[in-house]
Amino acid sequence: MTTPVLEITDLHKKFKEIEVLKGVDLTMATGDVVSIIGSSGSGKTTMLRCVNLLEDFQQGSIRIDGEEIGYTAAPERRRRKESEIARQRSMTGMVFQQFNLFPHMTALGNVTLGLTKVKKLPKPDAIAIAEKWLERVGMAERRNHYPGQLSGGQQQRVAIARAIAMNPKVMLFDEVTSALDPELVNEVLNVIKSLAADGMTMLLVTHEMKFAYEVSRRVVFMNQGRIDEQGAPEEIFRNPQSKRLAEFLKNAKF
Amino acid sequence: MDFARFFADLWTARFALLEGVGMTLVISVLSIILGTILGIGVALSLVYGGRIQRFVVRVFLECVRGIPVFVLILACYYLLSQAGIQLTPFQAGVVALTVFCSSHVGENLRGALLALPRGQTEAAKAIGLTFRQTFVYILAPQALRQAVPAWINTAAELVKASTLLSVIGVVELILTTRQIIAIKPRPLEFYFVAGMVYFLICFSIERLGRRAERRLALPS
Repeated sequence: MTTPVLEITDLHKKFKEIEVLKGVDLTMATGDVVSIIGSSGSGKTTMLRCVNLLEDFQQGSIRIDGEEIGYTAAPERRRRKESEIARQRSMTGMVFQQFNLFPHMTALGNVTLGLTKVKKLPKPDAIAIAEKWLERVGMAERRNHYPGQLSGGQQQRVAIARAIAMNPKVMLFDEVTSALDPELVNEVLNVIKSLAADGMTMLLVTHEMKFAYEVSRRVVFMNQGRIDEQGAPEEIFRNPQSKRLAEFLKNAKF
Repeated sequence: MDFARFFADLWTARFALLEGVGMTLVISVLSIILGTILGIGVALSLVYGGRIQRFVVRVFLECVRGIPVFVLILACYYLLSQAGIQLTPFQAGVVALTVFCSSHVGENLRGALLALPRGQTEAAKAIGLTFRQTFVYILAPQALRQAVPAWINTAAELVKASTLLSVIGVVELILTTRQIIAIKPRPLEFYFVAGMVYFLICFSIERLGRRAERRLALPS
């Protein structure tokens, strides 16, 4: 059996006294597309942020391509060095709800920054890669625009290019259409779908049920810090096992 | 008022006046540069420093801001000499104005850094930038942009505060003017000239600042 590209084992996370993740296990193989659904406060975004090491966690482990991230493994669990963590973060690509583009850089500048500063690529190579990905998300013509000159959907597509240009092993999407005007949602979802079709490994937190149904190989339902149910989209959406999931789907938008 | 005689006097005093203006400019520019460097240190300590560092810098800041610049200048000259640090009036003046400037720049830059959205840091981390890189490429450029208007203000404020250095014997524009008046007793006219010079300096700073602001503005 090959090493899973992402392996989360017994993940526990506390904010002060409140335990928001109560032992989450999740495994993804290369090319998997997994959507996490669940009501707000169920811990899905927190879990995603743990995978990107934007949150610390108190117990359990996360492995990417077999490498234990964030903390040293047994015998002694210790937070890794800042430089180690930075390197491990670049193994995953994160796309945020609020885009978080760097406003003082052009679209091209946003995408090349990581390539030149983290991957230490020569500038022409970085530009070539960045242009390829901007083209891929349909933003090549606007490469010299600043974020302030772009619509939300366009900004989010640049943000996707910025993350994916780093050639991450897993792409993480955190409710990436929630801050968009309804008419701009599809352009972003279409980009994600085409990346999925290309075999990109993706973990998505989403409120777009129809999208989750169409794009995912697997859907995970989180509830109160645990994974309650997971399976193929048809099973999850057509034949929910737990009462909670049935309830959640009844109120969700499609 | 006899204009011809006044202009004759002004012409006689021209080199002295220019030297005074020169001293005002040198001391202001020096204090702004040093004060900005120190101020950046102050801001960094306040935002990223450990608890003790933050506390020490906070105390420094509160003291400086709670004391009139005038008193600060006197302290730098007389108190430091009591403590065995013998500074020339020029040196004491630069120290006082630098400290004054750093408190403004520090507080201003601290605000600008804290006002940046958290998402900026997170996005930078997410692509694998270290903290240093995040600061250099993401946070500092945005915070400095934010801080420019207030920084321009501080610069003009500093030029005006430099007039107070006349009391410890720095021969800047005000002291020069007073010395000239001692010889050519036309206080009204010469103080008016000095006032105009200060106005022109501050006005130019403000204009230049506006231009810099426009050039730095992000397209939207």
